[in-house]
Amino acid sequence: MTGRDGRIVVVGASLAGLRAAETLRDEGFTGSLTVVGEERHEPYDRPPLSKQVLLGRVPPDHVALPARRPVDADWRLGVRATGLDLEKRLVRLSDGADLPFDRLLVATGVRARPWPDEAQAALDGVVGVRTLEDARGLLERLEAGPRRVLVIGAGFTGSEMASVCRERGLDVVVAERGGAPLIGALGGVLAEVAADIQRAHGVDLRCGVTVTALEGDGRGRLARARLSDGAALEVDVAVVALGAVRNTEWLAGSGLAAGPRGVACDAGCHAFDLNGVVTDDVFVAGDVARFPHPVYEYQLLALEHWGNAVAQAEVAAHNMVSPGVRKRPHLSLPAFWSSQFGVNIKSLGVPSFADEVAVVQGSVEERRFVAVYGYQGRVTAAVAFDQAMWLDFYGRLIEAAAPFPPGFDTVGRPGKPEVLPADVPDPAVLSHGPTVAVTGHLPDERRVTLLRPPG
Amino acid sequence: MTTETLLRRITDYGNRADPYPLYEELRATPVARQEDGTRLVGTYREILHLLHDPRISSDLRNRRHRERAAPDDEDDQGLPPAFLKLDPPAHDRMRRLFMRHFGPPHSPRRVSALGEELPGIITGLVDGLAGRNRIDVVDDFAYPFPVTVICRLLGVPREDEPRFHVWADAVVASIDPGPEENPGERRRAGQQAKAEMGLYMSGLMADRRGSPRDDMLSGLVNDDIADSGVEPVELVTNSVLLFVAGHETTVNLIANGMLTLLRNPEVLADLRAAPAAMPQAVEELLRFEPPVHMLTQRTPLTDVEIAGVVIPEGVPLSLVLASGNRDPQRFTDPDRFDPWRPDNQHLGFGGGVHGCFGAPLARLEAQLALTELIRRLDSPRLAADPPEYRRNPVLRGPRRLLVDFDGMRP
Repeated sequence: MTGRDGRIVVVGASLAGLRAAETLRDEGFTGSLTVVGEERHEPYDRPPLSKQVLLGRVPPDHVALPARRPVDADWRLGVRATGLDLEKRLVRLSDGADLPFDRLLVATGVRARPWPDEAQAALDGVVGVRTLEDARGLLERLEAGPRRVLVIGAGFTGSEMASVCRERGLDVVVAERGGAPLIGALGGVLAEVAADIQRAHGVDLRCGVTVTALEGDGRGRLARARLSDGAALEVDVAVVALGAVRNTEWLAGSGLAAGPRGVACDAGCHAFDLNGVVTDDVFVAGDVARFPHPVYEYQLLALEHWGNAVAQAEVAAHNMVSPGVRKRPHLSLPAFWSSQFGVNIKSLGVPSFADEVAVVQGSVEERRFVAVYGYQGRVTAAVAFDQAMWLDFYGRLIEAAAPFPPGFDTVGRPGKPEVLPADVPDPAVLSHGPTVAVTGHLPDERRVTLLRPPG
Repeated sequence: MTTETLLRRITDYGNRADPYPLYEELRATPVARQEDGTRLVGTYREILHLLHDPRISSDLRNRRHRERAAPDDEDDQGLPPAFLKLDPPAHDRMRRLFMRHFGPPHSPRRVSALGEELPGIITGLVDGLAGRNRIDVVDDFAYPFPVTVICRLLGVPREDEPRFHVWADAVVASIDPGPEENPGERRRAGQQAKAEMGLYMSGLMADRRGSPRDDMLSGLVNDDIADSGVEPVELVTNSVLLFVAGHETTVNLIANGMLTLLRNPEVLADLRAAPAAMPQAVEELLRFEPPVHMLTQRTPLTDVEIAGVVIPEGVPLSLVLASGNRDPQRFTDPDRFDPWRPDNQHLGFGGGVHGCFGAPLARLEAQLALTELIRRLDSPRLAADPPEYRRNPVLRGPRRLLVDFDGMRP
């Protein structure tokens, strides 16, 4: 068997699985390719589901991911992987079949964290937003004109949901346990801006509270929600936006380093086994992967980002068919975007990996600005509100471990920026200073170089 | 020859027909210091980075006083600068206000509605050439077409063309960075023309206040700008900017396009057989023969290191887009015109916050115009190659493009 033939199985038929399959063929893989997907649909795009689809601008059946090229593959859709036998090199499927493989890509992603109480979760009106079915169901409910919608959780999905409701003119309550929306991803300073934006758009935002119970009307329909501060809210719809659960249960007992935080792998997307030894023929990509990033002290990052799924799938697929010296590291900076309340939020790097933050361009009052995050004197992230066109510049600062706070004037904002505490909740994982930088521009020249501290 | 004289040689009219060898020389030095202190950058990656670098200003008031001897930086007869020459946040406020009347999300139909009128305008112009065997693509087509379109878009009466043609020529001559002749005189003439155009434009806007028509000036003058931070006089100066820009660049794109297609007859034949490929061909044109060769208005706000070289604060900085477009580090076989080139992320429309405002319209105009020209002209061929070029090295294109042909197809 050479790199370009044999049997490859991709488990997961969403963004990472599809892009990996396409890249395998791009790179000349001629062997048999099987793609397993739990959902019945052809691979589809999720970001529009919490935005354009719910606004009625894009029909739910128009979100299929565009094919970059034909992929000659055996698509097993509507079938779940239930187990992995590394010794026999078999993936076990929910339909009873066993799939043999020479190389395996795990791209099973995440699912929405369900409402913890099953009976309450079963009430008519309690919905999640992750899959196409979720979006269809929610769209129907929003179009029916509910008197009030409750969004549980003010992360990006929850905040986008609140934005959709307001754009549709619906009353919406957002309940968030943290101190402000998006605080986990952006830290306290920008989270306060996000809170102001929500309130200015008429969201009934309630932070520092949890939803303690969802109650029915006696006929199986959601009627009200109870909050930890004693409030009771009459609501017709409750959108559960409590984050994600990684789809790793099927790997239990397989011997891979798989668990609730994902499947650990190296920078080349090779999965680790339980002992932390890298495997030769099992690869990981997308939301389910945990991979080391040199910019963040080689800590394992698990990202639920569209761009990461694409970039990591491409690296994984390349490495699956390339000999050792040709392999590439997955070094792209984490990046994500969100559109809510008419604002385009874009982030580069890891804003939670920070102790300080400074607005370096634009104005918070105008809600158009770039904020840069620093950790122990170097730039680690940048977030733009309606100013995304500048972010690549800050990406280069992050990759070069440039000093924080930045000491230069920028267009329209001369002078030294005000530096504020980043106010990132639970900074327990942060520790050392910079030791490396990412260099190179083309995929095959991106490498890590050691930095010497100045002086 | 020394790289210090590159700008002088690029602006030398003798090199207008083929500046590309000079650009190749430029790319050998990441940042080329010129005799007058100007820094030229001509490599793709460095240009791209500088276009998106928030330390780089487009406001000439940030130049060190003794280095301000730039083509167009004197007081514009009391008129405030248009957004092309401003930095955020003022730039953003103005551009956003204008975009409300040009593109999505507020005016998603503006360009496509205009697009429905374009074929009629093109057909009218081409029909008017029937019975001839030689045309000047510039004067007979590439100039009148976009002028008609920009007039229609803004709401400027086409019959006033004799007046604004003179003004636009004066404005363009004033931004010629060449040292020859009398730059002070040209600059004064350009400012005078801009002032006259401003008066003319505000007259048109006054007519539309309260009685809007289906054009951009009507939208602008009847918009509520109270909270936008934009002054009424800035509506005028920016409308003049769009009018001149819409005038002068698309002419080059179409004329350069015809020239390039006639120099590559096999590509022309392919495109005539498969007009669906014209959008790609126009992208390649924007790379291969861009209408704007360099951006001359940049100034670093602080010392900026790029490719290991420091560009000092306050010095004039020019980004040579047409050179970046031919950078072999970015484009395989860059001197070949290849509409089927993959991953063609050219610099033809600039980039960053000052990226071409009218790009969607320019693309559409060039695609439709070139498709129709090559469909209608029977056996077209260049009567002179190279053609006679316009003086301006920045807005570079033929002044005359004589084409012989055997007849006009229906």
